Amino acid sequence: MKEPARDPGLQPERTRLAWRRTTLSATVAGVLAAKTALHGSTSVAGVVACAACCALWLGFLLIAHRRIRALAVADRPAALAPRQAAGAVLCTVLLAVCAAALVV
Amino acid sequence: MIEFVRNVRLWFAPEVVRQEGTTPDYRFSLANERTFLAWLRTALALIGGGFAVDQFLPDLGRGWRIGLALALLAAGVLCSLRAVNHWMRCERAMRRGEDLPVSRFPALLSVVIAVVAVAMVVVVLVGWEG
Repeated sequence: MKEPARDPGLQPERTRLAWRRTTLSATVAGVLAAKTALHGSTSVAGVVACAACCALWLGFLLIAHRRIRALAVADRPAALAPRQAAGAVLCTVLLAVCAAALVV
Repeated sequence: MIEFVRNVRLWFAPEVVRQEGTTPDYRFSLANERTFLAWLRTALALIGGGFAVDQFLPDLGRGWRIGLALALLAAGVLCSLRAVNHWMRCERAMRRGEDLPVSRFPALLSVVIAVVAVAMVVVVLVGWEG
């Protein structure tokens, strides 16, 4: 396989790190969600909410992983697909919905 | 609003976006993507803040606690939806060779964050005295 030409601005690398940072933020939000869900007495609703938050986090991780791989392989990486962007945002919004359900 | 609905349809139809204009330099697209991710991190931080208010300010009155948490969560949702919408508008503007769209959202978010922060200070001070 041909080694991709190196971009002097390191744009793909910076974008990859941005995805990593965002995944880290999602992880922090997910851990806080799990803490809220399992706080005090564990109820069925709490466990379900916790599982939903874990699934959303996994979904985000999957999108980030796919994008990072696409960035690494291509010589001239294609722009982010709107579907991926919408997927990442969907995970975020659903996490907030879970949060609202847990808080109230 | 109709414009927004049309944009939402575009999020799930990449081939439509690719039909118009020309593909810009990939570096511009990647920069746009990083901006989108930065907004997404802001949204995630707001959501994390909502959880944190609920978890780490247990002495607050229930109404205040839930109100603040929901305000932060709502701001997070708005921020993430706006992130993908703005990313899409920038991408299309670049393809068409137009100016990038302007937005008053950053100013709006700053004001909301400032108000929430002041509310937090007041609530924490009053809560601790009471």
